[in-house]
Amino acid sequence: MARLNEANVVYAKEIIGRYPKARSATIPLLHLAQQQDGYVTNEAMKHIGELVGATSAEILGTATFYEMFKFEPVGKYLVNICSTMSCALMGADELMHHAEHKLGIKAGSTTPDGMFTLEHAECQAACTEAPCLQVNYRHRYRVTPADLDRLIDDLSRGRLEGEVPPHGTVARVRQHIPSERAVGAVPPDDVTVAPEWMPAPAEAQK
Amino acid sequence: MTTTDTTAEAAAPPPDPNEVRLTINGREVVARKGDLVIAAAQRVGDYIPRFCYHERMSSVGMCRMCLVDVDSGRGPGLQPSCMITVAPGMVVNTQSPAALSAQEGIIELLLAQHPLDCPVCDKGGECPLQDQSFSHGPGESRYVEEKRHFEKPIPISDLVLLDRERCILCDRCTRFADEVAGDALIHFTSRGNDTQITTFPDEPFVSYFSGNTVQICPVGALTAKPYRFKARPWDLDQTESTCTTCAVGCRTVVQSSHDELLRYQGVDSDPVNWGWLCDRGRFNFESVNSADRLSAPQVRVGEELRPTTWNAALARAAELITEAKAVGGAGSIAVIGGARGTNEDAYAWARLAHDVIGTPHVYPQMGDGAQVNLLGFDRATIDETANASTIILLAPDLKEELPVLYLRLRDAAQKRRSRIIEFTQKRSGLSAQAWRTIEYHAGGVTEAVAACGNDPDIVRQLATGNVVIVAGRANLAEHPLEVGNGIVAALQLAPGAKVLPAFRRGNVIGAIEMGLRQGEGGMQVLEIARAAAAGNIECLVLLGCDPLADFPDTDLARRMIAGAPRIIAIDTFLTKSNSSADVVLAAAAYGEKSGTTTNIEGRVTTLSEKVTPRGTSRPDWMIATELAELLGVDLGVSSVDDLTEAIAANVPGFGAATIAALRSARDGVVCRGTLPPATARIATIDERNSYDYRLVVSRKLFDNAVGTAKSPSLAHLAMGSELHLHPLDVERVGSTDGADVKVTSKRASMVFKVVADDSVVRGSAWVPFNQPGPSIGELIDASDVVTDVRVETF
Amino acid sequence: MKGTTYPHAAGFVAGDRPRIVTSRFEYDNSYKLQRFLATDGYKGLQAALAKSPVDVHADVKSATVLGRGGAGFPAGVKWGLTPQAVWPRYLVVNGDESEPGTYKDRLLMELDPHQLIEGCLIACYAAGLSQCFLYIRGEMAVAQERVAAALNEAYAAGYVGKNILGSNFSVDIVLHWGAGAYVVGEETALIESLEGNRGMPRLKPPYFPAAIGLYGKPTIVNNVETLANLPWLMRNGVEAYTAIGTPTSPGTRMVAVSGHVKRPGVYEIINGTTTFRDLLYGDEFCGGIRDDNQLKTFVPGGGSAPWFLPDQLDLPFEAKLVSAAGSMLGSGAVIVMDETTDIPTAAYTLVRFYAHESCGKCVPCREGGTWLERIMKRLADGHGTMQDLDQLLEIGQTICPGDFPHPSSERLGLEAKPFPFKMTTICFVGPSAYTAVDSALTLFRDEFEAKIVQRNLIPVSVGGPS
Ligand SMILES: Cc1cc2nc3c(=O)[nH]c(=O)nc-3n(C[C@H](O)[C@H](O)[C@H](O)COP(=O)(O)O)c2cc1C
Ligand code: SF4
Ligand code: FES
Repeated sequence: MARLNEANVVYAKEIIGRYPKARSATIPLLHLAQQQDGYVTNEAMKHIGELVGATSAEILGTATFYEMFKFEPVGKYLVNICSTMSCALMGADELMHHAEHKLGIKAGSTTPDGMFTLEHAECQAACTEAPCLQVNYRHRYRVTPADLDRLIDDLSRGRLEGEVPPHGTVARVRQHIPSERAVGAVPPDDVTVAPEWMPAPAEAQK
Repeated sequence: MTTTDTTAEAAAPPPDPNEVRLTINGREVVARKGDLVIAAAQRVGDYIPRFCYHERMSSVGMCRMCLVDVDSGRGPGLQPSCMITVAPGMVVNTQSPAALSAQEGIIELLLAQHPLDCPVCDKGGECPLQDQSFSHGPGESRYVEEKRHFEKPIPISDLVLLDRERCILCDRCTRFADEVAGDALIHFTSRGNDTQITTFPDEPFVSYFSGNTVQICPVGALTAKPYRFKARPWDLDQTESTCTTCAVGCRTVVQSSHDELLRYQGVDSDPVNWGWLCDRGRFNFESVNSADRLSAPQVRVGEELRPTTWNAALARAAELITEAKAVGGAGSIAVIGGARGTNEDAYAWARLAHDVIGTPHVYPQMGDGAQVNLLGFDRATIDETANASTIILLAPDLKEELPVLYLRLRDAAQKRRSRIIEFTQKRSGLSAQAWRTIEYHAGGVTEAVAACGNDPDIVRQLATGNVVIVAGRANLAEHPLEVGNGIVAALQLAPGAKVLPAFRRGNVIGAIEMGLRQGEGGMQVLEIARAAAAGNIECLVLLGCDPLADFPDTDLARRMIAGAPRIIAIDTFLTKSNSSADVVLAAAAYGEKSGTTTNIEGRVTTLSEKVTPRGTSRPDWMIATELAELLGVDLGVSSVDDLTEAIAANVPGFGAATIAALRSARDGVVCRGTLPPATARIATIDERNSYDYRLVVSRKLFDNAVGTAKSPSLAHLAMGSELHLHPLDVERVGSTDGADVKVTSKRASMVFKVVADDSVVRGSAWVPFNQPGPSIGELIDASDVVTDVRVETF
Repeated sequence: MKGTTYPHAAGFVAGDRPRIVTSRFEYDNSYKLQRFLATDGYKGLQAALAKSPVDVHADVKSATVLGRGGAGFPAGVKWGLTPQAVWPRYLVVNGDESEPGTYKDRLLMELDPHQLIEGCLIACYAAGLSQCFLYIRGEMAVAQERVAAALNEAYAAGYVGKNILGSNFSVDIVLHWGAGAYVVGEETALIESLEGNRGMPRLKPPYFPAAIGLYGKPTIVNNVETLANLPWLMRNGVEAYTAIGTPTSPGTRMVAVSGHVKRPGVYEIINGTTTFRDLLYGDEFCGGIRDDNQLKTFVPGGGSAPWFLPDQLDLPFEAKLVSAAGSMLGSGAVIVMDETTDIPTAAYTLVRFYAHESCGKCVPCREGGTWLERIMKRLADGHGTMQDLDQLLEIGQTICPGDFPHPSSERLGLEAKPFPFKMTTICFVGPSAYTAVDSALTLFRDEFEAKIVQRNLIPVSVGGPS
């Protein structure tokens, strides 16, 4: 159970700085916490509340609304098999049964070695490549049972370390706004006039 | 929104620009711009069913129960009437087949997951879901699936329990906690059909206002410990009254069953409480039912007080007064207290003291040292305050002492109607809302206020519109005169500003106005105390007043009690002070007597008798008239109504508060006496030694006051006595958070637990008053302007 | 079959048709600034900056760039709805693509992020939007990485941030990412989510984003594909744009075809003229139903759209015609079901989706959706009863009172009921949970009854790869 570490607090403040209101950084900060600990701890939620100016209960309310946040440890690899219509039409059920068999667990649970968590997922915006799945939110397309076996083996043997970071890490490349180029976020109520490049209302009328 | 009838306004020409004409169920209706359809319809008698909508909170349009047919020109369509504002020419049909079947459908879906355990549910009988299922429901549910299951009920705070199976997720309690109380500690979690209300692990819903969530819950999901399973709504019998726990004067209904008080509920009085109550006011009915109540008068026989008959007790009391008069004259008798009674109690006692006994030494209370002449300023109402463009706070922490006034002012700041400029010796519940928080040390209020004259922003702000000064005793370790000094200084900053006195005791203002105050040449409370201590008071009358608990200077209080050869007390309980009295007359308590009360605005409202007084106890006014009679004077009143009329007839400024007027005006009648305003007096403060900390002593909502201490549900909420220093000062004295420290004033030296608290101003030390544990009063000398203490580790 | 596919662009099929938004997809480094600049990158921005914001706005209006997020509302008109002289105004880019069957915005973000950034800049310039928030669906790790990298490149090269290309036009684009909740794609929920809250939609009125949006300020919410059209439009002008497609549906649009076709894929088609038959059977498109099976039914516009039958194959991608026929074009997603499909089970997968994705705000959606899901599961598994069928319709009446849209059918002798429907909920998730139920039950009631009668106790699968 951990609060955000120093490095993450620095990054958290950078993220908060991009928004006109700190509260907007809540979800990115929750991701940061999940990347740090593999799941979102109570301490982290309290800490985020302090950083964005919300009560812990409000942070919990936001966090639990979203699928991706986990509140207890999950496997190093989260395998999400899409089961919405397009995938279902192309054999998602069979794929899921096969996966349960291969991993020896039911959907919604984690292998004893803590390597894999298997989940039913909803549409992953890859419907033409059905049936599809995601490992830590990286897609695999037109997955046959054989593909799945290979994938699980590769992951177990660490062959995909470079390609698939551990659960919690979403994007490995992050935005950094160079201070000399940044316009900077302004509290909404502090802005009252049109941006510099906009013409006077008179011309706007035409 | 009250139910003032807009049709009247409509009749009155010229038509005001804010009026909107629309059609509701075939009738042409006049509403005001910005009105919601649901409210406009209700005002003309068309009640639209609803669960999530609440007139004192923002609309969320969640439950969809209020769908009605609205035609804004593009043909009728179902719209949630809690989200749609009235528009000219709009045609609303709340009874259309579409609307009715939608409402029926919603009810069926709500009942789908709802446990039908009405027979064992506290809400059963007064449940909007139950009622609206009858009036708008399909009758039977065809839901055959498995229902939602949760562990039930779970405590979400010391006072409130939550049954998530009954919850219909209307967002009322959560909106209240966030929007109104500012304690967003309960929240929706999860999503869709798994959504539930929860608190954060190990962060309970600790709020002074939690009881309101129980009252506004439209089902039995939230229940209050003090009421759970006590009664079924249909056994309850109720009457409207006013809470006298503090001087805000929230409107309530008092409910009882089998002659026992069981529940208070808030009533929406537009100028005052908007339907809200604080938890202290809501739950302290338990103290009225306490087994420790005095049920008969007591007289001293040697060492002990023995119950006796009223005849004997009153005769003894009269005898004591007559003796005292004989020994030291009328001027040797002092009457202190009366701030907790009704106007009628106060009036009768004022007559007794001034006219019958003939003493000028009368004072309404000891604790807060309310200066009588603070009422002489041009005074503001709560509405005027909550709509002023600037509110100057020179007051105690309103969240602790006048909780619902805190809600009203918080709302004013939140909705950006008002900017709050707060002068304080410790950051308060309103600091978070304040536009400016100016910290100062005890004794420095005049300078702190005056200095703002040089702050152009503040000067500009004060010029933007009305200014109201909210003033009261912020620090019990500081001389009461400082309150007047602050007001006078503030009036120099903002000439023409009005003043709202932040006096705490239930009816202190009524007591003062009714005449429980110094007469010609009378002493005020401190002088009375000194005189008694010096043996110059032959008879002390404690009118529901407990100096040993209430007077900031404990040592003086002790000497005062010891120094008075004769003590007559009128009270509901035996207290530290009155247990050494010669006679204790058992008084009726709140809920056991009727009459009127006066709030901080001067608003007079009615109190109702709901249950019969405990044992043979009697209302204070009756005791006064009987004593007067024994002393040979007939006050000429035989009922509360006689007194109410006498007040209207005789008390300056109260002519409007006639029985007739009070019966017709639910929100009461605002009355102002004719006292002279206070004028600043320069207080001299001796240099303090740089190691000293300036003492700040103030009250918490929950303390040792009988109302709390004798209410089992509340008693344990008192925080206990401890010394708070700014974290840097804790370091400075070389101590650590939670350690014991030795605290020394010129009076005495005591041990307190020290707590690091950054709401305390550096160089100050804060201690809560009248809490379980060491009594800070031991260190205070009421004659001093301020109290400085040394804090040492050992 | 005609058309080219690329390993780095999973699902995309290029044909010899005009390509407005997918023109760079054949390059395996299409997402890099260098490649972008080598292929007219940021020329549209320069063209825009050469004009006054008012003129750029006017171009977008006269080109009738239709919203591609689902509602099909013209972007130029939407921009004009912000109240005069209320500032600041924001741009929120809707990259939350999660409508069942929809797959296009993710491709645009992964393969051509600079094109999207350029589109955002043009929109901000034209409508006076002083900050842009690019909200990417949480589960799209690669899209987030590609857009982040592109933004870093663009900031460094002076295309984003202070004084863009030396002009007085300055705007920050902030990459924001979600965390998994379909409903957040709804624009007001998107705003709630961007404010750090639970993604629960707000009621419109009063909360039309253009008037009261992010932080209560005027806010334009546009879909990724919508904005991706702007650079081309600025480079080639209104005439060139409207020369493609029809006057009411100019330009192209991306459509994902999934399910039982020979070549599922994402195609950039000509708006307004291309028909469903072209798309499903055309050689340059899907090339027919798999195994040359019979087409049973298809979802024309994403999981929320009422289903069509073969009777509707000749309809073009033209909003008015499609809604008159009883459905919507929605988010450009066609899901095809052949004769082997078990309809109750197929419909169930959609009902479960919407029930699962309800935000929980509206009672009809929160409670009704779950109830529908439970009954449909029972029916799909072959344990249902005839009363269940009526109950489904009853619940539907509570969510969507009155007539529900459906296509005409010769087989059933049905007249078309036009789109849309009445609803008792705030957003479309609730009604969408009922849509598949209504389509399946209206068009294939016999299959439900058959299942009930045979009381087949073995759970049926929807079919499988062949
Ligand atoms: C339940 C629901 C989900 C939606 N999901 C998306 C989405 O994932 N992406 C999107 O661009 N628009 C989505 N929309 C439409 C948006 O509300 C909004 O209309 C659109 O983003 C506006 O952009 P456009 O005008 O450029 O199409 C959704 C709408 C609803 C009601
Ligand atoms: S329809 Fe469903 S998803 Fe949409 S707002 Fe209502 S409850 Fe939320
Ligand atoms: S249905 Fe599986 S990715 Fe869309």
